Amino acid sequence: MDFDENPSFRRRPESSEPVELLDPGLRRDDGECRTLVAVLCTTVGGISDSASTMVLAHWWMRQRDALPPLRLHLIIVFVLLLTGCKDVWNNPYPAKDDVANIYYSSFDERPKHLDPVRSYTSSEWAFLSQIYEPPYQYHFLRRPYEVVPLTAAAMPQILRLDKDGNELADVNETPAYTDYIIHIQPGIRYQPHPAFARDAQGKPLYDAQWEGLQQAHQLSDFEQTETRELTAEDYVYQVKRLGFSPLHSPIASLMQDYIVGLKEFSAQLDQAYAKLQQQSDEEQPWLDLRPFRLEGVEVIDRYSYRVRLKGEYPQFIYWLSMNFFAPMPWEAERFYHLPGMTERNITLHWYPVGTGPFYLSENNPNLRMVLARNPNFHGERYPDSGEPADAANGYLKDANKPMPFIDKAIYSLDKESIPRWNKFLQGYYDVSGIGSDSFDQAVQFGASGEAELTDSMRNQGIELLTSVSTSIFYFGFNMLDDVVGGDSERARLLRQAISIALDYEEFISIFRNGRGKVAHTPLPPGIFGYREGVEGINPVVYRIENGAPVRRSIEEAEALLEQAGYPNGRDPDTGKPLILNFDTAATGPDSKALLSWYRKQFQKIGIDLVFRTSDYNRFQDKMLKGTEQLFAWGWNADYPDPENFLFMLYGPHSRVKHHGENTANYSNAEFDRLFDQMKFLPNGEQRQQIIDRMIAIVQQDAPWVWGFYPVDFVLHHQWYSNAKPNLMANNTLKYKRIDADTRARLRKEWNQPIVWPVALFVILLLLSLLPAVYLYRRHERSTAR
Amino acid sequence: MMAYIIRRLLYAIPILIGVNLITFVLFFTVNTPDDMARMHLGMKRVTPEAIEKWKQERHYDKPLVYNKSTDGFAKLTDTIFAQKSLALFAFRFGSSDNGRDIGHDIRQRMWPSLAIAVPVLVMGMLLYISLALLLVFFRATYVDTWGVVLAVMMMSISSMFYIIGGQFLIGKFLHLVPISGFDTGDAWKFLILPVIIGVVGGIGGATRFYRTLFLEEIHRDYVRSARARGLSEMRVMFVHVLKNAMIPILTGVVAALPLLFMGSLVTESFFGIPGLGSYTIDAINSQDFAIVRAMVFLGSVLYIIGLILTDISYTIVDPRVRLQ
Repeated sequence: MDFDENPSFRRRPESSEPVELLDPGLRRDDGECRTLVAVLCTTVGGISDSASTMVLAHWWMRQRDALPPLRLHLIIVFVLLLTGCKDVWNNPYPAKDDVANIYYSSFDERPKHLDPVRSYTSSEWAFLSQIYEPPYQYHFLRRPYEVVPLTAAAMPQILRLDKDGNELADVNETPAYTDYIIHIQPGIRYQPHPAFARDAQGKPLYDAQWEGLQQAHQLSDFEQTETRELTAEDYVYQVKRLGFSPLHSPIASLMQDYIVGLKEFSAQLDQAYAKLQQQSDEEQPWLDLRPFRLEGVEVIDRYSYRVRLKGEYPQFIYWLSMNFFAPMPWEAERFYHLPGMTERNITLHWYPVGTGPFYLSENNPNLRMVLARNPNFHGERYPDSGEPADAANGYLKDANKPMPFIDKAIYSLDKESIPRWNKFLQGYYDVSGIGSDSFDQAVQFGASGEAELTDSMRNQGIELLTSVSTSIFYFGFNMLDDVVGGDSERARLLRQAISIALDYEEFISIFRNGRGKVAHTPLPPGIFGYREGVEGINPVVYRIENGAPVRRSIEEAEALLEQAGYPNGRDPDTGKPLILNFDTAATGPDSKALLSWYRKQFQKIGIDLVFRTSDYNRFQDKMLKGTEQLFAWGWNADYPDPENFLFMLYGPHSRVKHHGENTANYSNAEFDRLFDQMKFLPNGEQRQQIIDRMIAIVQQDAPWVWGFYPVDFVLHHQWYSNAKPNLMANNTLKYKRIDADTRARLRKEWNQPIVWPVALFVILLLLSLLPAVYLYRRHERSTAR
Repeated sequence: MMAYIIRRLLYAIPILIGVNLITFVLFFTVNTPDDMARMHLGMKRVTPEAIEKWKQERHYDKPLVYNKSTDGFAKLTDTIFAQKSLALFAFRFGSSDNGRDIGHDIRQRMWPSLAIAVPVLVMGMLLYISLALLLVFFRATYVDTWGVVLAVMMMSISSMFYIIGGQFLIGKFLHLVPISGFDTGDAWKFLILPVIIGVVGGIGGATRFYRTLFLEEIHRDYVRSARARGLSEMRVMFVHVLKNAMIPILTGVVAALPLLFMGSLVTESFFGIPGLGSYTIDAINSQDFAIVRAMVFLGSVLYIIGLILTDISYTIVDPRVRLQ
């Protein structure tokens, strides 16, 4: 940057004598001083506006004739290092963005897919959910979680039908079909995108004949962009994509069980696609799905469509809130299938097309991903109601204000936790999780066991948010195993004894820094059916003392073992300690402490635990074949309904027989029957009673040691607001607000460069060389011997 | 010389086939196509049918190296090895298992790798050779003794320590440069720290190595003659000794030149540099065989080129060397 470009140097502050002296000198100067100072300041981190630098430059001009040039340059470098150019040097972002309304965050793993029909991980949804808009979403503030319209005009009209398609009058009668009729709001438009660009004749501007096609290597090479209105057809098109097997939608199989005709539709598409591939030169030609009719999904009018389900599936409303059911314009598919686009990495996986508040303006997942405000966003207002405490917590300050509040979100790739954490502390990330290596620096536990921030965090104005995750980590028994599995009393007592011995309070303390809540049932807090307090404890593992749950003693576990026929943990057949096998993918030195802990827990009741370690793929193979005995696994909720947890113990979902999510292969006829009832009931007393009974059954049968629910700890800076955790919603970026001025001020305050240690190091280095220089000179002057 | 180079290039073919085969065997000993499919399809709700479909689409449903179900030459060509690995000899890297063009990614990502590797090499060579010559000049004095002690200490320290320590001291404590990151428009400020750490991390080993080379030269007759002619010790060291010690130096440096493209696995990962080192690590973690084989193949080719260049460089610095 040229010296004259900096306003601080052009300014003529009358009150500052050194600068008055500087200006005439600079005007007279041949540019040497300006160049040197500019180069130095630029080199070390930006143009300085500090008076000290200006004084220095002026002094140097006056003295330059008096001292030898080399020495003068050394002096100026040294003094500059000492005084420092007072800008921040370690800012990883351009200085022009200091006060911009930008949200800064990081990611440690690049998203694999950005196609809404396929993406199914939180790292992918963190981006996709800001771009694509399914018809429904979760209310940001209300709890329990509540589904509300997003692009839909209202909640869906649900019709219960008999086998002839007539609406049922009797609410108690089981429907043959259920129709979801969804009306979307008119006037919603897509982000600007070349797929919508048209020529004067109304034909797509970019087609196979477009002359620049082979030279295009990124989306911005297609300069013309247009938009179009969102229609019901786009939602229907996306449901059809669910059934198109080359797209590998993870929920295709599940939806084929529910959406009428989807299975047959998939088969029809497979045939058509195979035929198209034979006819086409392209390896992956575009199959236009519009002409194919899907029986269960149809457009009613421009803004309405209907999805027909087999039987009843009340949880379908949650799926309608996920990206799988977000709209997909057919033009986008056509565009991305133009010849050579895939080979040049221009795909829907890389460049999403949505109607949401943001669009992906830069996708370089090896470096940075940038979401920018969608200029065509239809507008949405911040909610004006929530939980009772929300107003007091400041979550309603922006009620009814138009969203989004930020202009841009920049996510930088930072794979390692240490630099990520340090950049958060320097103010370069707005939000951070807490890694185990920085936990003690950030959090301490008060006398009552409450997690609170350390003094250094509080002094920096950092705030802590905690929330119990809608996830569970459990320790499972393979119910198909001869020793620990099955419905026999012997095996049940053995499992109960192990459940008591595995001390998850200790586990949470040692391995989770206290960030967990012991599970008594498969249902985590926040999910209907979960019971807090004494009512919710697992009586098999805990008893109540003074109104609080206390883990049963090892003596009680040993007594259960004895009843099971394993006195002191010994196998009656061999007379030796019972040997059980723990199949795990936890390998390497990092897992040693964890495995030792497991072994110690089993030793408490005299059982020898053998580890059968393998990589995660082998482990999954074992689970699929049912050759494991003991294992540990977890589940993260798809949606806030007890069905999404209890189905993991439902017989017809067993892993070995049906390749389902019932990894323990548990089967109990009464539980399965109750599950079938519970699944269709609305939340209420009747459903709660059924859930209570189901939980009592599995607590007695103990196919899992219930493990724990993780507690999420999130830190954010004081300039970041509307930070209420919402574990179900992923499209929360639009609610967030940044005070960019405060951030810029504090960043500058926290990141002033400290240069004196460098100068000191240089001086010491030079001093240490003096004897060597002396020796060299003496050597050179000495005579030959 | 041309005949020699052509002969060396022909030798390279069986070497590259061998490298390809070993990579293939090692990769598929650890992973099966089913594992790869699971890794790419995700963890939740993946059906066996989806796994089969994935393999079929990417031709991972074929036998690994020998296809009994076909006839004739197809028994060898209709296999995963033939279809996935042989195209590399035409430098057709194909698509990653995620569908991206590997050649395009390599072309994009080699520049950040070079942006670190080249300054580290150049600055490092200048510093290491200067320090080594300094130690040789002061041989048998306190400078030499403590210099060697310091060099041994520095070479005993893990590179991870230099990285984490450098990030802490220069980035976090002194606030002099960004702790990590990269930007194409403003890359220099992100490169200062990894370059400093790369140079400092190599001081110990390289200085000791070059010191040993120079010590062997310092007692030669030509050095004595140079001194007898009254040349300054500085000129003796930096002109005469350095020139005559060039062959072992070139052996290390020229062979490493092509490999600069490959980047540093650890440095790029810690500093968030989007180079080829982190590309390889990501591919290994995500079990993307297409990228792994492409990177191993590229590394082998570059290494062979490096060795040929080394031989050629010998003829330049030492006229007595003839390539036949």
